[in-house]
Amino acid sequence: MTPDDLIEVELHELAHARTGDKGDRANISLVPYDPAAWDFLRKEITAERVKAWFAHRNAGKVVRYDLPKLPAFNFVLDDVLQGGVNGSLNLDGHGKSLSFHLLAMPVRAPRALVDAARNARRR
Amino acid sequence: MTQEPLLIGNGAGFSTDYTDAGIPVVDALVRSGKPAVMFYEMLAERTLAIAQRERVANPDGGYAPYMVEALEPVLRTCVENGVPILGNFGSANPMGAARRIHQIAREQGIRGLRVAVVEGDDVRDKLQRIQMSAWEEEDAPKLDALKVISANVYLGGREVAKAMALEPHVVVTGRVTDSALALGPLIHHFGWRVDDWDHLAAGTVVGHLLECGAQVTGGYFADPGWKDVPDLDRVGYPIAECHADGSIVVTKPDGTGGLVSRRTVIEQLLYEIHDPAAYLVPDVTLDLTEVEVEEVGPNRVRVTGARGHERPATLKATICFDGGWLGEGEISYAGPNAFGRARLAKETVEKRIAALGLDCRVRTDLMGFVSVHDGDSGALAAARDGSACQDLRLRLAVDAADERTVERATRELEGLYCAGPAGGGGVRRRQTWRVRTASCLIPRESVDPKFRLVTADDA
Repeated sequence: MTPDDLIEVELHELAHARTGDKGDRANISLVPYDPAAWDFLRKEITAERVKAWFAHRNAGKVVRYDLPKLPAFNFVLDDVLQGGVNGSLNLDGHGKSLSFHLLAMPVRAPRALVDAARNARRR
Repeated sequence: MTQEPLLIGNGAGFSTDYTDAGIPVVDALVRSGKPAVMFYEMLAERTLAIAQRERVANPDGGYAPYMVEALEPVLRTCVENGVPILGNFGSANPMGAARRIHQIAREQGIRGLRVAVVEGDDVRDKLQRIQMSAWEEEDAPKLDALKVISANVYLGGREVAKAMALEPHVVVTGRVTDSALALGPLIHHFGWRVDDWDHLAAGTVVGHLLECGAQVTGGYFADPGWKDVPDLDRVGYPIAECHADGSIVVTKPDGTGGLVSRRTVIEQLLYEIHDPAAYLVPDVTLDLTEVEVEEVGPNRVRVTGARGHERPATLKATICFDGGWLGEGEISYAGPNAFGRARLAKETVEKRIAALGLDCRVRTDLMGFVSVHDGDSGALAAARDGSACQDLRLRLAVDAADERTVERATRELEGLYCAGPAGGGGVRRRQTWRVRTASCLIPRESVDPKFRLVTADDA
């Protein structure tokens, strides 16, 4: 196996994330453990793919904002809270747990990036 | 007006936050010997509506319920060491909160306490006369159709700075933008002008990073094995060292648990942000796209590069109105074939509620299988197999306009005790009154902030 070989991992292996809410709109930040993974994530984790991953939550418009200096991404998802903290029937009306739904997304990533993320976590 | 750095500490990030969190922060601020302030953020969007209802029931009440418990251990130290305390704990009754703080001072023998009160955020009485416009893509609320409970405009750092000019020991506000509780003291300390956009942006970042308390010091962050955080039970709340050039260092008190790292700071920097190039607060339009975050020592992170653009022309207001009732019920199934039994319970309760013909929305989940990540349709659960799950809790949620309907519906879940599948136990039921919120924009001219100094003689 070479460092360029692709292996399937959960996004959780490459990045961390946090959800915030305002009304019926959620934002989920996505931050690579190793900054070098940012370019790969920019190509892989598109707004379209995130919208499809949240389709069961009735995701409306999904916008990805890129922050290359941090580096990080900010996803803004309309309607996924299905009523928001004041109107939802979901136990987690804020959607605070949704960052870990994003991190459960399967990704085929070069082995070298997965190893680099693991090493970056240990530093 | 001075160019010496200002230390800003935070002791609470929401209304039910740990009430002992501020103690080590205040101690660290005092030990530093530098100019310092302390702030408490205790007011969420709908908290105000609940407080407004309390005030109707009790004219002296309606301020943050845990304000007293948070302030009692720190008030004397702060007063004696010249560390002003700021908080939005005034909620629906800032004057009531000020009087209650004076009562603490009397009980503790603290003399000469000065409390500044900011009012004018409450616009409910003049709502019909204000020209409202839509916020983001929402429609402007149609007031006639709503049972309005409260309407409050978000005041900004400029108003908090005016209160600081009264040289108080404590500043009590109602609704202000959370970050304004840090920006206000910075405007007052450094004398930043109303169009000093980059500095106002930097001060907004300070408030934004600190306003959720431990969320920047390892709280809402720990993921064991991936993002380890030491001693989370003793998590230290944040302190920002703020310099005249707008650069800041985020840290926490020595000897506390928690963690301040690039990762904790970046997660909080983007928390509740939509467009990072245009985060709107009353004082400035904040642009985070050039921000850099750098570890400069253990639990010390430097943040630079916030840019500011002209402030928005309008102010944001939140209107709270009656949102009906939420009913919830739960029952557990465990051991062999727990999944089969829990699923039968779920189908049974759904059929029985449907047969009642009530006017309500219904959702069921099997907790321990798939719950919080699923949508109301249950699509995620339908696509998975839960037969290996042996400890499950059926949750029923019902939404209706009145309490009687949700109680009637959740009673069907309690019926499962005797009439449902085998081995169901641990039923809990409750009904919660809901507050709905809507946001809108209103012209700055419609708002008339008031500042009052309340001394021991007045209170």
